[in-house]
Amino acid sequence: MEKNYDVIIIGAGPAGLSAGIYASRAGLETLIIEKKIPGGQAAITEHLENYPGYFQQGNGAELMKRMKDHATHYGCLFARDEVLSLELQDGLKLLRGKKHNYVSRAVIVAVGSKPRELGVPGEKELSGKGVSYCATCDADLFQDLELVVVGSGNAAVEEAIYLARFAARVTIVSVHNSGNLDAEGITSERAMKHPRIEFIWESVVDEITGEESVEAVAVKNLKTGNRDRVKADGVFIYVGSVPQTGFLQSVLELSHSGHIETDEKMETGLLGVFAAGDVRRKPVRQVVTAAADGAVAAVAAEKHIRQHNYYRQQIQDRKGPLVLLFWSPLNQDSIDLIPVVEEFAREHSNKFDFLKVCVDRERLISEKFNVETVPQLLLVNREDVLTRASGEISPSRMEDILTIARRE
Amino acid sequence: MLEINKDNFQEQVLDSPDLVVVDFWSPKCEPCMELKPHLEQLAAKYSQVKFCELNIIPNRRTALNQKVFGLPAIVFYRQGKKVAELTREFEIEDVEAKLKELTE
Ligand SMILES: Cc1cc2nc3c(=O)[nH]c(=O)nc-3n(C[C@H](O)[C@H](O)[C@H](O)COP(=O)(O)OP(=O)(O)OC[C@H]3O[C@@H](n4cnc5c(N)ncnc54)[C@H](O)[C@@H]3O)c2cc1C
Repeated sequence: MEKNYDVIIIGAGPAGLSAGIYASRAGLETLIIEKKIPGGQAAITEHLENYPGYFQQGNGAELMKRMKDHATHYGCLFARDEVLSLELQDGLKLLRGKKHNYVSRAVIVAVGSKPRELGVPGEKELSGKGVSYCATCDADLFQDLELVVVGSGNAAVEEAIYLARFAARVTIVSVHNSGNLDAEGITSERAMKHPRIEFIWESVVDEITGEESVEAVAVKNLKTGNRDRVKADGVFIYVGSVPQTGFLQSVLELSHSGHIETDEKMETGLLGVFAAGDVRRKPVRQVVTAAADGAVAAVAAEKHIRQHNYYRQQIQDRKGPLVLLFWSPLNQDSIDLIPVVEEFAREHSNKFDFLKVCVDRERLISEKFNVETVPQLLLVNREDVLTRASGEISPSRMEDILTIARRE
Repeated sequence: MLEINKDNFQEQVLDSPDLVVVDFWSPKCEPCMELKPHLEQLAAKYSQVKFCELNIIPNRRTALNQKVFGLPAIVFYRQGKKVAELTREFEIEDVEAKLKELTE
């Protein structure tokens, strides 16, 4: 039998590491499963100039190493494996990895995204042969050579500036009209003033050519349809990213683009499964927002586990019949019922136990017993529902239930 | 792993009659750094195979001459010829599988 963790976090980017810090510091047994390098996309970013309090150091790998050390310091554990599937079993989460299986009570999905491919001829064939998605990995190889960067966003423009430190010339190919980049103003300005950066506007790269390595790209003007050959020794592609959620398709609600839908507590549609970081559908995907998501998800996971424990104590480990009254502070009828049922329960306390359950707080118990509306009065024996009344509960109906309870 | 450079690449790699594994890396390449300890374990396990590492920063020309245009790159040589190559998206398990195949 596998070890049962409180929380398992999938992915050790900034979202996963931040969640790991919060969860392990809260005393939860926490495991982070990462298939590659801890640090995620942020670890391969040379210039990180917008993480609060961290600008002079400016290096993504260093910041991520510190986050990892921080998590380890509070007892967070790490496993190197790739998670292939997630299943729910009796309220527990079962993760199947390439190497091992893992079990936990809560899961935080922080798998981020990977670079989107252009999908043009030559890209796959020349990948690692001049076609690159990682400037920090490959920039040094292209010292004094000619490079093309495809894209207009922050990542594209920032990486172009970094590459221009080494290369003889960097040409940015952008789909936009002259002077319009999607990157932040300060970054765009820096690129446009750079002596070794040039632009080809309103154009796309539609083919990458070369024998043993990249030799040129075909650039097509979107307005005129003209195609030009641009000599290049390397092509760096930054045209957005794709969330790595394929393995979750059958269990979680995903947007068209494959992102996970969550609420503000990072809850997904599945109880006890949370999502954090770039993998969520959200407007700003940065290191700081990933880290913030991680913290929120860890706090929500901790709450979930507390509910889980409460459920085990109150329901699963109990002997004898139990009357449950589901109520909500927003529903007056349900509030009015509390003293009535309480009074009755007190009179018969030797026959059955009574527990009132707030549906807004105790989501787990409510979900387990399929309670969607309040008030509801249930008579249960452990997890078996013996009888249930919902909607307007008349005094006689209540009397019925409580009489059955007394007999049980 | 044996640290090599542009001056002894010919002698250590190309002139060697047996299988030689070369790890082309750079200290700025995070995936390379991550791979390194795992490669060292493989080097210890397959002690009959010569494992070399070449930092591309001071030896860029050598890397380009060997047609290495992306890191990390693990290249396998035998009798001065490239017999296999792994670049960009690969795992340490793929390196071991290649090694097994080439040492059989
Ligand atoms: C070129 C570039 C430049 C950028 N520059 C900046 C910048 O200057 N400032 C800034 O704030 N942000 C920047 N960003 C964005 C920033 O990197 C991301 O927003 C951030 O890394 C998202 O963090 P994350 O934890 O959600 O995901 P990621 O960092 O993508 O981490 C996810 C991790 O999950 C792992 N994983 C995925 N699937 C599995 C699986 N099935 N099993 C196990 N592990 C798995 C991955 O290997 C990865 O390590 C940049 C991004 C790029 C690409």
